[in-house]
Amino acid sequence: MSQAMSLRASRTRYALRKFINTLMLSLTGLATLFAIIPLVWIVVYITREGGRYLSVDFFTQLPTPVGVPGGGIVNSLVGSLIVVGIACLIAIPISLVAALYVADHPTTPLGVLVRFSTDVLSGVPTIVVGMFAYALVVLPQRHFSALAGSVALAVIMVPPVLRTTEEMLKLVPRNLREGSLALGASNWKTSLQVLLPAALNGIVTGVMLGIARVAGETAPMIFTAFGNPFFNTDLSQPIATLPQTIFVYAISPYQDWHAKAWATAFVLIAAVLGLNIAARLLTWWRTRRLRLA
Amino acid sequence: MSVIVQAKKNAGVSRWKTLTRRLEHGDTIFRALTILAALIVVVTVGAIGLQLWNTSALSRDKFGWGFLIGQDWNPVAQNFGALPFIYGTLQSALLALVLAVPVGLGIAIFLSELAPDWLRQPLGFLVELLAAVPSVVYGLWGLFVFVPIFVKPIADALNQGLGFIPLFQGPVFGPSRFAASLVLAIMVLPTISAVSRDVFLAIPRAQREAALALGATRWEMISQVLVPYGLSGILGAVILGLGRALGETIAVTMLIGNNLDLTASILHPGYTMASLIVNEFTEATYPLYLQALIEIALVLFAITLLLNLIARLLIWRVARRTTTEARV
Repeated sequence: MSQAMSLRASRTRYALRKFINTLMLSLTGLATLFAIIPLVWIVVYITREGGRYLSVDFFTQLPTPVGVPGGGIVNSLVGSLIVVGIACLIAIPISLVAALYVADHPTTPLGVLVRFSTDVLSGVPTIVVGMFAYALVVLPQRHFSALAGSVALAVIMVPPVLRTTEEMLKLVPRNLREGSLALGASNWKTSLQVLLPAALNGIVTGVMLGIARVAGETAPMIFTAFGNPFFNTDLSQPIATLPQTIFVYAISPYQDWHAKAWATAFVLIAAVLGLNIAARLLTWWRTRRLRLA
Repeated sequence: MSVIVQAKKNAGVSRWKTLTRRLEHGDTIFRALTILAALIVVVTVGAIGLQLWNTSALSRDKFGWGFLIGQDWNPVAQNFGALPFIYGTLQSALLALVLAVPVGLGIAIFLSELAPDWLRQPLGFLVELLAAVPSVVYGLWGLFVFVPIFVKPIADALNQGLGFIPLFQGPVFGPSRFAASLVLAIMVLPTISAVSRDVFLAIPRAQREAALALGATRWEMISQVLVPYGLSGILGAVILGLGRALGETIAVTMLIGNNLDLTASILHPGYTMASLIVNEFTEATYPLYLQALIEIALVLFAITLLLNLIARLLIWRVARRTTTEARV
C-alpha cells in the first residue's frame, strides 16, 4: 500500500521534473527568438522608412535648411569616409605591429600588459574616448577638427583589430615560420612576408569589423569632428559624419528632418551590417577552404 | 693609389657588414618597432586617465571628493555635484541588466546546449548583429517606433496596476528611465549571451555526461552543474554587460528624457553621466563648467575601468580552471 503510494509520488515527481525541463528549455529557445525580433524590426522598419526617401540627389546634394525640399547628405557621407579612413591609417599599423609582438611574446610582462590594456580599452565608454580626443587634440588646437574625430575612432578601433590579428597569427602553423627562418630569412622578413600574408584573410575580417564598429560611433564625434553643414575635406576643420547627422536630424522637431534621419540611418545600417555579413562570409569561406585542404 | 681606394672600399663593406650584423639584419629595428607599437597601446590607456585627470583640475580642486556626493548641479551658481547622475546611470544600467541577464543566459544556454548544429552559427550570428547596430540607430528606432508602440502601453499598464509602489509612480512619460533601460537591455544582450555562451562551451564534456548519467534531466544538468561550474565566468559576462550599459551614450540620451528627477519611479524621465556630457557640452561656457563635465567623464572612466578589471579576472579564472582540469 505505502509502496504503491511512494511509487505514485515518485512518478508525479518525475512528471514534474520532466515538465520543468521542457518548460525551461523552451524558454531558452523563446529568449533567442526574443533577441532576434528587435533586429528584424529595426532592419525592416528602416528599410521601409528610409528606402522611400532615397534618390540620387540624396547621395550627391548638400543638406538644405529646414523647409527647403530636397537636399542630401553628401557632406556626411564623404566626412564619414574621411574620418574613418584616417582612423584606419592610424589604428591598423599600430594594431598589426603590436599584435605581432603579442603573438610572439604572449607571456612576457609587456605581452600580458598589452593584452590586458586591449581588454580594458575595449571596455572604455566611447564618450570617454571622445573626451580624451577632445582634451588631446581639440583643446591645444582650439577648434574642432576631422583629425580629432579620427584620433577618437582610432583608439576605439585598436582593440578589435589587435585582438583578431593576434588570434589569426596564433593560428598560422608553426612550421611555416620555422621553414622561413631555416631558409635564412630574418625575423622581420618572416613576420611581414610569411606570417602576415598567411593570416591576411582573418586580419581583413578583423579590420572590417573594426571599421563597422567605428563607422556608427556618434558620441565621440560630438566633441571632436563636431559636424558641419557644408562640404569639407580639410582635416583641420570640423566635418560632418553619418551617425552624427542622424542624431541631429532625429532630435530636431521637424518632420522633414525625421524622414532624412531614417534615410541616413538606412545608408549607415546598410554599410555596417553589410560589412559584418561580408566579414562573416569571409570567415566561413576560409574555414571551409581549410577543411577541404 | 688604387690600393688605398680598395682598402677604403673594404673598410666600407666591412663597416656595413658589422652594422647589419649588429642590427641582426634589421631584426633589432623591427623588434624595437613592435615593442613601440605594443607600448603605444599600453600608454593609451594610461593617457586617457591622465589626460582626463589633468584637464579636470579646476573642478577637482574646487569640489574635491565632494563632487561625487554633491547633489546640486547648477551651472548658474557654478556649483557642480555628480551624485544625481551617478545614481541615474546606475539605476538605468541595473534595470537594463535585470531585464537582459535572464534572456541573455537563455540565449547562451540555447546556443551552447540545445540548438542543432546547423542552426547554431546563423542564430549566434544574428544575435551578434544586434551588437553591430549603431547606438544612434537604436535611439532613432526607440524614439519613434519602440517607445510609442511597445514601451508606453506597458508603462501605462504597470502604472495602473502597480502605481501604489513608488517604483511605478505616475505620471507616465514616453521617454523615461524604463524606455532607456529596455533599449539598453537589447543593446547589452549580445555581450552577455556571447561571453556566457563561450563560458558554457569551455566547460568539459565530462561534467555534462556525469550529470546525465546520474539521472538528471537536461535542465537539471544545466542549472545544477553547468551554471555553478561556470558561475564566475557568467558573472564576468554580466559585469561586462554592466560596463557597456553604464557607458552607453547616444541611445540613452535620446530615450531617457534628460530631466533631473530624484523620484524613484522608473516611469519618469532621468539623466545619466553620459547623457549629461552630451547635452551640456556645447553649453559649457566657462572653464569650470567644462572641467566639471570632463570630471564626469573621469568618474565614468574610473567606474568602467574597475568593472572591467573585475570581469576579466572572473573570466580568466574560469578559463584557467578548465584548462588545468582538462590537463589532469
